[in-house]
Amino acid sequence: MAAGTALEPMNLATAQEIAAQEFAQVAAKHRPQIYRFLLASTRDVDLAETLAQECLLKAHRNWRSFRGESSALTWLMRIAINVLKDHWRNRRLQFWRHTRTNAVDADEASEWLPSGESSPEKQLLAREQVAGVWRAVERLSGRQRTVFLLRYVEEMEIAEIARSTGLSDGTVKAHLSRALGRVRAELGSRV
Amino acid sequence: MKQNEELANKGGEHGGFGTEIEDPMLRGVLRDFRGSVHAWSDAAYHRARPASAPMTRRLAWRRVVAWTLGVVMTAGLAGSGLYERRHQQLQAQRAHELEVEQQRILAAKRAEEEARKVEDLLARVDTDVSREVPTAMDPLAQLMTDDGVQ
Repeated sequence: MAAGTALEPMNLATAQEIAAQEFAQVAAKHRPQIYRFLLASTRDVDLAETLAQECLLKAHRNWRSFRGESSALTWLMRIAINVLKDHWRNRRLQFWRHTRTNAVDADEASEWLPSGESSPEKQLLAREQVAGVWRAVERLSGRQRTVFLLRYVEEMEIAEIARSTGLSDGTVKAHLSRALGRVRAELGSRV
Repeated sequence: MKQNEELANKGGEHGGFGTEIEDPMLRGVLRDFRGSVHAWSDAAYHRARPASAPMTRRLAWRRVVAWTLGVVMTAGLAGSGLYERRHQQLQAQRAHELEVEQQRILAAKRAEEEARKVEDLLARVDTDVSREVPTAMDPLAQLMTDDGVQ
């Protein structure tokens, strides 16, 4: 009996340590992706970092409830989407508060281009087109934007997006189709 | 829901990146967009961050100073208000006391004047009476000679 009581806390501590190590590995692996998704959603470098930290904190608190039914990234993305929703909801409720935002506009966001474009003309054209996509993304609804970014920035599969957002596959496809239509219309009117 | 299904069928199966997009131009634009977001995110993620501890400490100090100043100013304002009120009360009390004292002095003066008037009047009456009314021995005195023999 005495041995049992002595062993139990030790096992619990070991299990907690293992879980903490596992979580640390998962967080380190997926943090850049979570940050990128939040950055693309908010276009605010500091806010994205704050929300990413909040997301990982929530994930850490609920790590025990993660049963591996979906991938860790899908689970983390789901938390990130909820954190983002909470953030927008709180901002709507706190409409009287003039919170200072560091969000950049579409033109500034399109300044970042992967190197590889051959000529300055092509780079300029690519920048304009990327800015057009940003403008279209800005006008999308919250769900459409989330689905669009998860698909075309994070390259997630439809099923993964559906699990992350809690929508059905068909609804995800419908949102994607609408979002693509908006992007196409924006690019058509510009290019 | 039906509309969603229609749109889903229209969108087709989503396999790899952009395979559902027939337009090569749109596919290229979305690839550029993805590359742009990745480049931005990588740069922002690996950027040098300012040390937060001194900032936080400075912010904390600023808050402490602001709170202290606020408390001191509030206490000062409240104290000066109370002092002013007390001062006004004392002044009013003194003014009232002064007024009462002046009224008392005035009343005393009036009473004194009244008493003097009464005394004057009595003295005048005494004088008048003493002049007009002869003393009881005057008629007899007139009848008498200088040597005292009638």
